[in-house]
Amino acid sequence: MKPKSFTYLRPDNLQEALQALHRMRDDARIMAGGLSLVPMMNFRLLETKYLIDISGLASLAYIREASAEIEIGAAETQANVLAWPKLAKSLPLLSLAMPHIGHFQTRSRGTVCGSIAHADPSSELPLCLATLGGSVVLQSARARRVLVAEEFQIGMLATARQPDEMVTAVRFPTRKPGAGYAFAEMAQRHGDFAVCAVAAVVSETAVRLGVGGVAEKPTLRDWPALADGEIDDALNDFAWELGGSDDIHANAGYRRDLVRKLGRRVIEEAKKCSN
Amino acid sequence: MLELRAGERHQITFTLDGAEVRGFAEPRMLLSDFLRYELGRTEVHVGCEQGVCGTCTILLDGKLARSCLTFAVQASGRSVETVRGLSPADGKLNDLQESFRRHHGLQCGYCTPGILVSSEAFLRDNAKPSERAVREMLSGHLCRCTGYAGMVDAILETATKRASSTPA
Repeated sequence: MKPKSFTYLRPDNLQEALQALHRMRDDARIMAGGLSLVPMMNFRLLETKYLIDISGLASLAYIREASAEIEIGAAETQANVLAWPKLAKSLPLLSLAMPHIGHFQTRSRGTVCGSIAHADPSSELPLCLATLGGSVVLQSARARRVLVAEEFQIGMLATARQPDEMVTAVRFPTRKPGAGYAFAEMAQRHGDFAVCAVAAVVSETAVRLGVGGVAEKPTLRDWPALADGEIDDALNDFAWELGGSDDIHANAGYRRDLVRKLGRRVIEEAKKCSN
Repeated sequence: MLELRAGERHQITFTLDGAEVRGFAEPRMLLSDFLRYELGRTEVHVGCEQGVCGTCTILLDGKLARSCLTFAVQASGRSVETVRGLSPADGKLNDLQESFRRHHGLQCGYCTPGILVSSEAFLRDNAKPSERAVREMLSGHLCRCTGYAGMVDAILETATKRASSTPA
């Protein structure tokens, strides 16, 4: 329950962090809040020679509004985003989903980018980013690139990040006029990892459902508008495609049932708040 | 860039409940262990060491932190507050602590230090919380003996008393 020995690096700015990562590559890990990383280090599921602590980099602690998206920097905490006065208006899906992330006591240091970089299949933020069609900004000492969420997260705890790259920001598209948003999840207790989490975006001409916790990564399905009688069949097909697996919390059949039940609930809710 | 090498003990200085403290720690040393074993501050309890149980919760620069998920070297130059910082003087309890006692909000007391620190931080941000909000906040802690009902009562009562004693 104690981490293996590592060298601690605290860069004074982003450039120093990127240069350190460039030199050490797979030998280094970026830590922001440490809420996902340090438990894995304590359990020795993960070890690193160098730990680069970016939690103090003020230049990365920001929420920035652009024309059609909100950019959140790598050191910005979940608590600050949740307390952002424009959240409900600009990013309704996040304002519904974020209270489910961990607890009051962990959101104070846990970061939005850290959760997305960690890429847990049952986490709320990667699901929201994928469902909204958001993107991830990856920067290295040599280049900078932007990947859409679906290209960024490639599997369970696996992303397309190269060893010398760091997630410096994520971008969430803002509320679209006429669209409704809804989120629901089933967890053993409030704040636990979701057994199944669902997010819906519904407009007059399109229905999108994102599902987390069932497949290896958040998975999306788009339909043209669904009539009330078509929802159950559509969700049943989607649930079987997702498959799901058995673990200590739930078996695959129960997970598929949650996709059907929670899926219907959020599609109906999102439809109600569209227009 | 600050570089603290693996396997070496580095001097750390920070403010603990208002007083400057110093000690030595390897980078891998958890803040919870540093507080307990280097500084003898055993009021910081350790349960799960994975950020779940919440008993090691402290304030780092005024923000809640699991000290088992924080490295001691991260506290360098900063302010750390534990449950001891809540009481006005040795042997005295503050209003929240008194209220926990009155409402039987603890039994074995193992989870209590973290819960008190969290509850103070919560009341600072939420002067008039709903019962539901209090219960949600408490979901970040595990108590295995009394249950949470007494704690909820104690926190709500403290909020009400503080609100009525502050001029509007």
